[in-house]
Amino acid sequence: MLPFISVALRGAAKNKVSVAVLSSRSYASFTPQATFDIKPCEVHRLDQGPPTQAVLTREEGLKYYRTMQIMRRMELKADQLYKQKIIRGFCHLYDGQEACAMGIEAAINLTDHLITAYRAHGYTYTRGVSVKEILAELTGRRGGVAKGKGGSMHMYAKNFYGGNGIVGAQVPLGAGVALACKYQGNNQVCVALYGDGAANQGQIFETYNMAALWKLPCIFICENNKYGMGTAVERAAASTDYYKRGEFIPGLRVDGMDVLCVREATKFAADHCRSGKGPILMELQTYRYHGHSMSDPGISYRTREEIQEVRSKSDPITMLKDRLINNNMASVEEIKEIDVDVRKEVEEAAQFATSDPEPPLEELCNHIYYNEPPIPVRGTNPWAKLRSSS
Amino acid sequence: MAAARLLLRSAALKASLSDVSAGVQSSTAGGSLLRLSPSCSLRLKTQKRHATHFTFYPDPVPTNYGPTTKMNLFQSITSALDNTLASDPTAVIFGEDVAFGGVFRCTVGLRDKYGKDRVFNTPLCEQGIVGFGIGVAVAGATAIAEIQFADYIFPAFDQIVNEAAKYRYRSGNHFDCGKMTIRAPWGCVGHGSLYHSQSPEAFFAHSAGLKVVVPRGPVQAKGLLLSCIADENPCIFFEPKILYRAAVEQVPTDAYHIPLSQADIVQEGSDLTMVAWGTQVHVLREVANMAQDKLGLSCEVIDLQTILPWDKETVCKSVVKTGRLLISHEAPVTGGFAAEITTAVQEECFLNLEAPITRVSNDQLLESGNDELITDVVATLVD
Repeated sequence: MLPFISVALRGAAKNKVSVAVLSSRSYASFTPQATFDIKPCEVHRLDQGPPTQAVLTREEGLKYYRTMQIMRRMELKADQLYKQKIIRGFCHLYDGQEACAMGIEAAINLTDHLITAYRAHGYTYTRGVSVKEILAELTGRRGGVAKGKGGSMHMYAKNFYGGNGIVGAQVPLGAGVALACKYQGNNQVCVALYGDGAANQGQIFETYNMAALWKLPCIFICENNKYGMGTAVERAAASTDYYKRGEFIPGLRVDGMDVLCVREATKFAADHCRSGKGPILMELQTYRYHGHSMSDPGISYRTREEIQEVRSKSDPITMLKDRLINNNMASVEEIKEIDVDVRKEVEEAAQFATSDPEPPLEELCNHIYYNEPPIPVRGTNPWAKLRSSS
Repeated sequence: MAAARLLLRSAALKASLSDVSAGVQSSTAGGSLLRLSPSCSLRLKTQKRHATHFTFYPDPVPTNYGPTTKMNLFQSITSALDNTLASDPTAVIFGEDVAFGGVFRCTVGLRDKYGKDRVFNTPLCEQGIVGFGIGVAVAGATAIAEIQFADYIFPAFDQIVNEAAKYRYRSGNHFDCGKMTIRAPWGCVGHGSLYHSQSPEAFFAHSAGLKVVVPRGPVQAKGLLLSCIADENPCIFFEPKILYRAAVEQVPTDAYHIPLSQADIVQEGSDLTMVAWGTQVHVLREVANMAQDKLGLSCEVIDLQTILPWDKETVCKSVVKTGRLLISHEAPVTGGFAAEITTAVQEECFLNLEAPITRVSNDQLLESGNDELITDVVATLVD
């Protein structure tokens, strides 16, 4: 009997969530891993696409679930704080698109590089920044990831280059990062993300050309959520086959609502880049539940029914949850436990984000230039004692 | 100028500033009808969000342009565009999301009224929008392009500076794109962060061939926009976005024109000339009133209105009268347009000046993502 208990306890220590489950069912009775059929990708200039089957282990499944649920809850909390006027300014929420961030991160390493546009909260979290620091950045507090001076669109972490407010401007930067990877020969790749709206910016095509010309290890990812602000893709793009728009760059069209599809496709793309074949383009077909930004209710150019249908039929979190439960990889109680845990974490983070102090006035001018010792900065009058130090 | 500086320092609007913040605090509390979790409501009590940092001074009701209606700034823009589409069959409006009315509601209803071939959305590609606009204009149609925020205009910088501004000159007057007008929301709005608060007028003021215009309120906005559209030169029309809803005036419903390159003396005075454009005009009017009340000084406030080519004569005449000049803008002070005015005035009026010309602005990012920091800077500005 004793060894039995110790095994059970080890299991519990290893996986916190299983503690509550122990009483109702045995840990060992879960299916440790399962193989799932996933939607095949449409391919462009490729003989063969990513596999149409994906193996998911129980640990991975629970981890993905938790991460995606955190992103969802964090965005809903941000929405709430915004409506309470605690978060101000421009704020773009990621809920609905969680499978993209999770799938990409599950397929690359944290040593690989990532850059995205202004819908950045989800990636900031998957790149290792805490919910606390993200929400505190949104509320402009000292403990925010950019010291409370960046706000929604400007969040950064190691190997995560933001967070960029100008539509499409981050994509050439991503190719530059990929050039550095190639130059340093470190076998790393850079993921450069943009939306379907940005896909029409001229600088993206300039970047495709350079990346292909120099065979840069860059994965271009177009998160196609079907609307560039308020304009449906068909109204803005002569071709909505975003995965083909690199023309000479191979492309994949991926179901962006299925975390496993995204993961397998990104693995395929990363292998492509690491093997020296140059850039690859992925179109993730996804959906945002919220409007483009907080000033957009999100229902003037699409119907409530459309949003409801996506929510009920292809929600990425529900899809993963069903897979885990239907295949006996996790119990309903266990999932609930995670949900409670996630809510608690987000709630605590919100508490921090609303109680942490504002950055002090001395912080205002810091980091304009690199300089040592600090340089004076011109203020509104000759007596203003503003300084920049970095 | 010491006196002028003194007046700005010692008139120390500290008292009134604290009034402002107190007022805003109470309005924030009043606005918090949403249910808050205990932690949040706790925070709200100590919060001092400043809804606005200036008082809008409406113009008197214009009497010489026919019947008027109450409009805010975005409605006066819509009205100007409406007049244009009705009277000019070649006029087209395009930009990101303009078909639905635009993010600031300036084009609401125009697509339904004039058709989707005249008011249409473009993809998100600013360089393309302006290039396309030049083409439309050079072929003889009236092109009204919207760049969604002035901060987004930089991808189009090449088209504006190298193509639009120089088209007439480089073709020896064979071609021009004078029928193009570019509209863009501009300036500080509070909590606009880095890419939604900039005032880039000085970049374009460096480019001969363009006209750059900034209105201070709804009446001026409509008259100046119609002048820009009618003008035979490519114009950039920057709309102070904080005024879209905050500024309300009686605006004539018919079309009318306010001449470009003519500054407007909004308040006469004899001790100090103060020049600004856009939102900052209202800040200076407030300052002028305070200087009058607290120091008994009479300030002349001039709204420059057109940044390029600017009305040197009006400013210089005023400086000859007062002997002192202060210029204020939201854009950074280094290389800001105030520097150009300063130089020109000291060249023209050196012997009339009784004090060094002063610029009130700063090099710090008014567009910082942090609301509180912005408020502090703006407070210094008023101070």
